[in-house]
Amino acid sequence: MKEQLEAIRKSAVAELQNASVLQDLDSIRVKFLGKKGELTAILKQMGKLSAEERPVIGQLANEIRADLEGKISAKVDSIKEKLLEEKLKNEKIDVTLPSGRVPLGHKHPLSIVLDEVKDIFFGMGFSVASGPEIEWDYYNFEALNIPKNHPARDTQDTFYITENMLLRTQTSPCQIRVMEKQAPPIRVIAPGRVYRSDAVDATHSPIFHQIEGLVVDKGITMADLKGCLEDFAKSLYGEDTKIRLRPHHFPFTEPSCEIDVSCFNCGGKGCPMCKGEGWIEILGGGMVHPKVLKNCGVDPEVYSGFAFGIGLERLVMFRFNIDDMRLLYENDVRFLNQF
Amino acid sequence: MNLSKKWLHDFVDLDVSDKKFADEMTLSGSKVEAFEVEGEELKNIITGRIDSLTRHPDSDHMWICSVNVGKDENIQIVTGAQNLKTGDVVPVAMDDSYVHGGQHIKKGKLRGVESNGMLCSLGELGLTVHDFPYAIEDGIFVLGDDCDKTLGIDIREAIGLNDTVTEFEITSNRPDCLSIIGLAREASATFGVPFKKHEPKVKGCGGDVNEHLSVDILNPERCYRYCGAVVKNVRVKPSPRRMRERLRACGVRPINNIVDITNYVMLEYGQPMHAFDLRFLEGNSVIVRTAKSGEKITTLDGVERDLSEDMLVIADKNKPVAVAGVMGGEFSGIMDDTNTIVFESACFNGPTTRITAKKLGMRTEASGRYEKELDPESCLPALMRALELVEELDAGDVVSGIIDCDKSVKKNRTLPFNPQWVNDFIGINVSTEEQKKILEAIDFKVENGVISVPSFRNDIEHQADISEEIARFYGYQNIPNRKLGGVANAKRTPEQNMERLVSQTLLGCGLSEIATFSFISPKHYDKIRLPKDDPRRSGVVISNPLGEDTSVMRTTVIPSMLDVLSRNYNNRNAAASLFEISNEYIWNGVEKLPDENVKVTLGMYGEDCDFFKLKAVIEELLYVTGVNGCDFVPVTNDPTFHPGRTAAIMLGETQIGYLGEIHPAVLKNYEIGVKAYVGQVDFASLIKYGNLKRVYKPLPRFPASNRDLAFVCDIDVPVMTLEKAISGAVGKILESITLFDVYVGSQIPENMKSVAFSIKMRAADRTLTDEEADSAMKKAIDALAKMGIKLRS
Repeated sequence: MKEQLEAIRKSAVAELQNASVLQDLDSIRVKFLGKKGELTAILKQMGKLSAEERPVIGQLANEIRADLEGKISAKVDSIKEKLLEEKLKNEKIDVTLPSGRVPLGHKHPLSIVLDEVKDIFFGMGFSVASGPEIEWDYYNFEALNIPKNHPARDTQDTFYITENMLLRTQTSPCQIRVMEKQAPPIRVIAPGRVYRSDAVDATHSPIFHQIEGLVVDKGITMADLKGCLEDFAKSLYGEDTKIRLRPHHFPFTEPSCEIDVSCFNCGGKGCPMCKGEGWIEILGGGMVHPKVLKNCGVDPEVYSGFAFGIGLERLVMFRFNIDDMRLLYENDVRFLNQF
Repeated sequence: MNLSKKWLHDFVDLDVSDKKFADEMTLSGSKVEAFEVEGEELKNIITGRIDSLTRHPDSDHMWICSVNVGKDENIQIVTGAQNLKTGDVVPVAMDDSYVHGGQHIKKGKLRGVESNGMLCSLGELGLTVHDFPYAIEDGIFVLGDDCDKTLGIDIREAIGLNDTVTEFEITSNRPDCLSIIGLAREASATFGVPFKKHEPKVKGCGGDVNEHLSVDILNPERCYRYCGAVVKNVRVKPSPRRMRERLRACGVRPINNIVDITNYVMLEYGQPMHAFDLRFLEGNSVIVRTAKSGEKITTLDGVERDLSEDMLVIADKNKPVAVAGVMGGEFSGIMDDTNTIVFESACFNGPTTRITAKKLGMRTEASGRYEKELDPESCLPALMRALELVEELDAGDVVSGIIDCDKSVKKNRTLPFNPQWVNDFIGINVSTEEQKKILEAIDFKVENGVISVPSFRNDIEHQADISEEIARFYGYQNIPNRKLGGVANAKRTPEQNMERLVSQTLLGCGLSEIATFSFISPKHYDKIRLPKDDPRRSGVVISNPLGEDTSVMRTTVIPSMLDVLSRNYNNRNAAASLFEISNEYIWNGVEKLPDENVKVTLGMYGEDCDFFKLKAVIEELLYVTGVNGCDFVPVTNDPTFHPGRTAAIMLGETQIGYLGEIHPAVLKNYEIGVKAYVGQVDFASLIKYGNLKRVYKPLPRFPASNRDLAFVCDIDVPVMTLEKAISGAVGKILESITLFDVYVGSQIPENMKSVAFSIKMRAADRTLTDEEADSAMKKAIDALAKMGIKLRS
């Protein structure tokens, strides 16, 4: 009987080896291990055995059953694995096919840089204020120490609505509006649209954006202006950036200055971007003129402050190497999609 | 303002490179735009004397010259010029030289005869006959006695073409720096070298000026001072080289000695001057008065101009002879036969001169200076300088005496000298002595704690102005950089948060942001087919626009959006999905500023765009901003939009926006060849009705019951009507209604449609029974039945 069992094992293993599809394995299982299978048939004859033989043969039979079951199930796994491999192989795709992308919208370059500037100033504790684009002459000029027929008005060709109403030529009227509303300490930026009657060309636009800054408190000095704007320049253009102040004249600040940053393209060595100067002018500023403080009801004997104005378009054009301002207002999607 | 280095050196001795001069002046407040070394392009051009001239054997117009260029042997040069004779000293461009315009001169042969260079004309040196009036335009420049005729020296040295011209941008507060003396003063303080003051000296030829001239100022509030002098036996001729080359360097064309003197003094002192021919001053009188109605004058530029009563003129007994501070009259100007002249050195009010010049459309060198308010104290020295030059140039005989009609208010401006205030204001620590030294270097006087401001510094009114003077000469670069101290509380306003959210949401929905001009052409209102009486047609009008295209502040952003869609379409971009957060401007009359209403405007076209794509974006925007419960109500009468594909976004009775397909006629007006969709949401409404607060709702613990129902109704009944009825009938347990089918066709009667919903119901505290769900559905069916809408069987 032992021999019979071993023969069954042998023949089953042989059949297993030849099996290649899952159905074969099923029939092997039925043939050898099923209720009417060969092994079962042998076991049915167990009764004929002696008491000594019975446990020995029983153990062997069980061992063979377990062995065969294990082998069958291993074979099943291997065939299934092969089948899966085959299937996956057939599911192959060309991963180089274009996706079409999930189309997010693109922020306008003016907004990208403005948001960055706002974040920098937020970090320095500045709030963001705004004022009307259509302004009174008083806020745009008079309160800023630019009386009627002051020659400084010539440099800012103004669009007028009525004799006293105009399109603001600068964001500086926001200084006045903020100071009228809020007592010092003041730390605020005011970005917005401004208007000057310049014909459209590559570097001029009758509409552009400025970012006004105003700090008023006790003991504010020009050293604070320098420190603040150097921090700003470093945040915008990197830690190695330096700033340079040049004396200038604005009627509403005294002393006034124009502020250059070391060229972020060449690091100050001189290149076409900075026209060989090593410096690029990005803003103007100064100490708030005592007359302006007074006009807004702030006592210049107690408080002092500084103010500055940044031209946003200039920052944007330098940032993205845009050589024509008109692109910003044409809004061609081929342009917008680049940002 | 162009500055001649040679001229500057009359007043300061400076030994610095041109670059250093430019840099340092810029950093002390006189901004240098550029500097140019005269004659820089001329290379290897030297003086040479024509020793002999012989005819070219093969030419009837060329000459072979033997030229002495100061070397052992003469060189041979062939020229085609006809104005040469032996002994003439001329500019010689040697072999391998460069002339004006960059032309490279090399030796060669002209019709077989060797030529070792070229003899130059004025033009080849970059000059004109204004620079050398005795030379001719189309011949070789023969050097006159005003040139250095040493042979073999650089031509630039020989003829004085060796100045450096520095171009300054002078700010409007410093008219004193629109002069050689003003810039010299700045340079003196910048480089710490002394300023060499010049006191003009006039000998005079006797006589009495009062016998020739009387001056009256009738409007002293507009003419602060009028100084006049008379020069007789005027000898009109070209000015000497020195004066010509300085004028040229400063960008002024030399004319004749008298005119040149007025220009020279203006440049040197910053004080405009004028010269009249006394013959044409009737009554020998100068009267400064306002023009009379109907008066006219032909100005020096030959244009007849109508004067108005608000204009100040210089008149004789009967008529205006000059527009004060702007331009002289043609007939009283200097001519070749002028014998006796009057020099005017006057000071006029700034703003009114500016207005007059503007009205007449002639902003002149003089008016540009007067409008910045000049110093009445400079009238007299400038006049004296002019008279000194007359004598120096032998241009005439100066009648003794001058007339000084001085109505100016003598302002002895003083400020307390407070070095500590300056240090505290700027954030520096500069000693009292140092501050005093800086101020004195620019002509301020500091005595007993008081600063006297020089009369030419009209801009100094306050301690802050003094601090600027200290700071700029101490050096802005030496001011420390101090970190902004103190605590500040910066936070975004609700508006700023909302704007950010709107922008992020729309970007996330695939719309790109645009930026458009706020002013448009009023023609756009026709293009979007606004009715003639539409209030949006009247808005904020710019009184002096650049052109019609940009003449009104938009009352609606739609045209701007359509313009951008049109540009993209015409640039052959297949699709565009765009938004802008921008203003509409609503006129409030002259007494009140216009409203600037912020609008979120959306626009799109392209293959996958339709009404519902735009609606989806807007619904998402409303969902994200927490504006709940909006209805989309059909709008059939907006002429800009398709009458059947437009909706108003209503929150109860309040309209907060709209959207729709653009009317084909409008598309045509904008040359958009595909369907386009535009919508708008009012930003203020998002702020007012939006809710950014989020409160967590527990996830459902009990299962939902789903039922699908289809109804048949009239084809015109909006789906919203059915939804509302179902929602009302089902009540609290309703979780959602989802439309899944709208069918029109053979299965149902004509002019009817089938609308199918999937209705989800749920209770928070229990599992709904089938009976509860069925009963809710029955209520819904009954509610619709009351409206005549039947369940589809």
